[in-house]
Amino acid sequence: MIGIVYYGAGNIFSLTAALDRLGLSYGMIKTAADFEKYDRYIIPGVGHAGSAMQKLKDSGLVLSIVKLKKPVLGICVGMQLLTKHSEEGDSLLTDIIPLKTKLFSEILKVKVPHTGWNKVIQNNGTALFSKIPLGSHFYFVHSYFIEFNSNFTIALAEYGIKFSAVIQKDNFYGVQFHPEKSGLAGEQLLKNFAHLA
Amino acid sequence: MNTSSKIKLSNILTGNELAKRIIPCLDVKDGRTVKGVNFVALRDAGDPVELAYQYSGQGADELVFLDITATHERRKTMVELVRSVARQINIPFTIGGGINEIADADILLNSGADKISVNSAVVKNPGFIDELALAFGKQFVVVAIDTKHINGKNYVHLNGGRIATDIETEHWIKEAEDRGAGEILLTSMDHDGTKAGFDNGLLRKINDTISIPLIASGGAGTVQHFVDLFKMTNVDAALAASVFHYGEILIPDLKNILDQNNIEVRL
Repeated sequence: MIGIVYYGAGNIFSLTAALDRLGLSYGMIKTAADFEKYDRYIIPGVGHAGSAMQKLKDSGLVLSIVKLKKPVLGICVGMQLLTKHSEEGDSLLTDIIPLKTKLFSEILKVKVPHTGWNKVIQNNGTALFSKIPLGSHFYFVHSYFIEFNSNFTIALAEYGIKFSAVIQKDNFYGVQFHPEKSGLAGEQLLKNFAHLA
Repeated sequence: MNTSSKIKLSNILTGNELAKRIIPCLDVKDGRTVKGVNFVALRDAGDPVELAYQYSGQGADELVFLDITATHERRKTMVELVRSVARQINIPFTIGGGINEIADADILLNSGADKISVNSAVVKNPGFIDELALAFGKQFVVVAIDTKHINGKNYVHLNGGRIATDIETEHWIKEAEDRGAGEILLTSMDHDGTKAGFDNGLLRKINDTISIPLIASGGAGTVQHFVDLFKMTNVDAALAASVFHYGEILIPDLKNILDQNNIEVRL
C-alpha cells in the first residue's frame, strides 16, 4: 500500500484519482509514525520548490523521509525536493540525491514553463518503465529542471537541453512529469511503482 | 542498472521537439455540453464527463471546458463536473468561464483541474493575473483572448467577442505575459466559425513576440488547416470545437496526418 506524504504542497486530487482508477490502495502520511503503515511512498508537490521544502520541514517528516529504505517516488516538485539545491528561491533541499535543480534559462531559447507532452528515453531494463515503450510521451509542466547526470538519471528528456526526466538513487525515485496526467504510459508507470520489489 | 546502458543514455540526443497539442474545447451550460455532438459510441452526448473520456481515449492531448452558465449555481455545478472529469480521465484539462476571484480558481484547482482560463475578468482587472500567478504559479494560468481585425489593427474583444475594446491585442498579450500568464489561448474572431483555416499570419506574428506557450483557436475546418498551422507558425497547440464534436475530423486521423507531415505529435 502506498503512503502519500501529506504536507500541504498543492492538490493531490488528480493523483489519488489516478490511483483509484488503477485500483491501487493508498493512505496519507501526516506524522512520522504513519510511515510504517505503508510499503512504498509518494511525495507529491506543485508550486515553488523553496516553499514546498519549507512546508515539508514544517511537517516534521524530513528526517523520516531521508532514512526510508522502501521505494519512494517524488513527482514534479516532489522530485526536485530529493535534490540538493534549487535555483528557485536559491533553496537548499533534502540532498537525498546530490543533483542541482536549475531554471530553463533564456539562453536555451525555449518557452517557459515547459508545458506539454515530451518524449522520455529510459535506460534499458529500468523496472519503473516495465511495459512502457522507449520514447513514450509524458506530460510535463515545469520551469525548473534537474540537470542530467549519468550516475542518477535513469530517463532523460530534452527541451533546449538534455535533462533528467527520471532520477534514481537506491530506493529513491523522482519523475519530473506528471504520471497521473500522462495517459496510459503514466498509468503504467504508477502501476510499475506499486509493484517495485 | 548496467554501465553500458548508462553510457548509452548519456550519448543520446533525442532531437525532439515538444509534441504539438490537439485540444478539443467543450462548452458547458448547467453541467451539460451545449453544442451538438455526434460520436457514434456516445450514450449521452450531453454528458461532458463521457465526452471527455471519449476524447482522451481518441488521443486528445488536453481538454478545455468553457462554462457558459449564468446562474448562481454555477460554481457548485462546475466543481462537481471538475471532480468527475478528474476521476475519469488521464490527461490534463483546463476550466474557463466565470473565474473572477482567487477563491473561484482555488476550488477548481483543488478539485482536479490542471489550469484555469481567464478572459474578460483580467481585461477588466489586469492585476488579477498577478494574483493568480502568485497564488498558484504561472503554469496554472491561461489567459484567453478573443481578437478581431479592425482597420488594420487587432483589438481585444470581450464576452465571447461581442464587446469591442480599444486595447490592441499585441499589447495586451505582452502585458499578460509580463504579469504572469503561463499560456495564451488566442481566438481569432475573424476566423472563428468560418472553417477556412487558422489565422496563421497573426498567430505567427504573436508567437514570435512571446516566450510562453501559445494555443491557436478559430477557423479549423479540415485536417490540412492543422498541418498549415503547424507548418506556418511555431504555436504549441491547436484548439477546436465543432470539427471534433461533429466527427468531421477524428483525432487519430488528424494525428497520423500531422505525423506524416513530420510534425511532432503524441501517437
